[in-house]
Amino acid sequence: MSTVSHGHDPATLEPVVDLCDAVAVLGSFPALAGATMTVLRGEIVLLSGPNGAGKTTLLRLCAGLVALERGRGRVLGVDLSIDRESVRHRVGMIGHSNGLYGDLTVTENVRFWGRTVGASESEIDLAVSRMGLDGRLAHLSVSRLSAGQRRRTALAGLVARRAELWLLDEPHAGLDAAGRDELDSVLKMAATAGATVIVASHELERASKLATRQVEVIAGQVRKVVGL
Amino acid sequence: MSSAGQQRFTGTTVIGTARLIAAKDLRVELRSRVLLNQVLPFALIVMVMFAFALDSDAVLERVAPGLVWLAALFSALIMVSRSFAVETADGALDQLRSAGVPAMGIFIGKMMALMAQLVVLVTLLIIAAVVLYRAELSWAGSVLLVTTGLTATCGLAAVGTLYGGLAAGAKGRETLLPLLLLPVVAPVLIGATRATESAFGTRGVSTSQGWPWLGLLAVFAVLFSVSGAVAFGPLLDD
Repeated sequence: MSTVSHGHDPATLEPVVDLCDAVAVLGSFPALAGATMTVLRGEIVLLSGPNGAGKTTLLRLCAGLVALERGRGRVLGVDLSIDRESVRHRVGMIGHSNGLYGDLTVTENVRFWGRTVGASESEIDLAVSRMGLDGRLAHLSVSRLSAGQRRRTALAGLVARRAELWLLDEPHAGLDAAGRDELDSVLKMAATAGATVIVASHELERASKLATRQVEVIAGQVRKVVGL
Repeated sequence: MSSAGQQRFTGTTVIGTARLIAAKDLRVELRSRVLLNQVLPFALIVMVMFAFALDSDAVLERVAPGLVWLAALFSALIMVSRSFAVETADGALDQLRSAGVPAMGIFIGKMMALMAQLVVLVTLLIIAAVVLYRAELSWAGSVLLVTTGLTATCGLAAVGTLYGGLAAGAKGRETLLPLLLLPVVAPVLIGATRATESAFGTRGVSTSQGWPWLGLLAVFAVLFSVSGAVAFGPLLDD
């Protein structure tokens, strides 16, 4: 996946995510209550923990969508307490929905997302083919695709957007066995190409085979980090 | 749109984003044909139903301008709903914000696409008024009518996009949108109706009497275009 740079400049040596005692508040509830976590470039990190533990908030904090109330937080070298918006265009977050337009074709969707960062036509074609969406599938409208194919289209959008940090919230949800296998291979491929992936999942058995580290989040704090 | 043409539309600037979003919205409309197959027939049915209900050529001729803009307003509600339903169906609006796409560009793009569709709608409604209600149009009246149509649709598109974005994340947005939108667009309804009366020469009103109403429409369009472009980002983030 050539869209993600991974040279040996100093920027690549800096952690992609560096949180220290990070606090994020949803309304008046501290969804993150002092989370500390470091993620390096090219890692696939599994976030585990019970419902309401703060996994999604942690992802949204890394995406610059939730304000850092207290503590330190740097993502891709950007200080979240100063300018969290500027990190957004370098991060790709996919939750339960894919962010696709059902009336447009696969290629049109990927092109649209690629164009948001000024991707060239060749980058868009590459993203489509890397996700195995070229040929007949490329010209099908998204509304006619299976759940797995839609997820791959959304991921192709991330590739076309040159996202350096992929934040995926329950990416296996709603996919059949084949779709899950496809997704896992895509994530491995992305990490090999230099992207950093953080996956929040309840499906520990499957996701732990994919991840290099498991980070357990409980009550808004990182409780345990396990190398896999 | 050819790929060469699309290459110009990149979302790295506000104008680039606006063009990208507008092109995408119009492409979605071309594919789904909601305007063609649902909104335009709905607007025409409203016009015909008015004709049945009033059942008098003299009355119809007198109220034609108001009926045109009422039908346009009701149809605009459907179009605004549809414009944001496309964005929220699979979380695309959230993705746009989380991807750091400039909110001002999203607003302007969606407004431009909505305005283009409203222009088609209003043109058809005016033709329907001429045919069904026997409204008459002079050359001077045509100029006033075109200017009125463009200014009023710009205002409607601006306020529709702003309130569509506001209602997009809310529960019961289908019923919330008319409640929010209809009171706010009252100045457009009044101004556009008066200007159209002048263009049609209804009740002996001269064309020159219609131009001052354009001032109201222009102020409304500028006010909501500017405030919408500025407020859209914080609105989506909240």
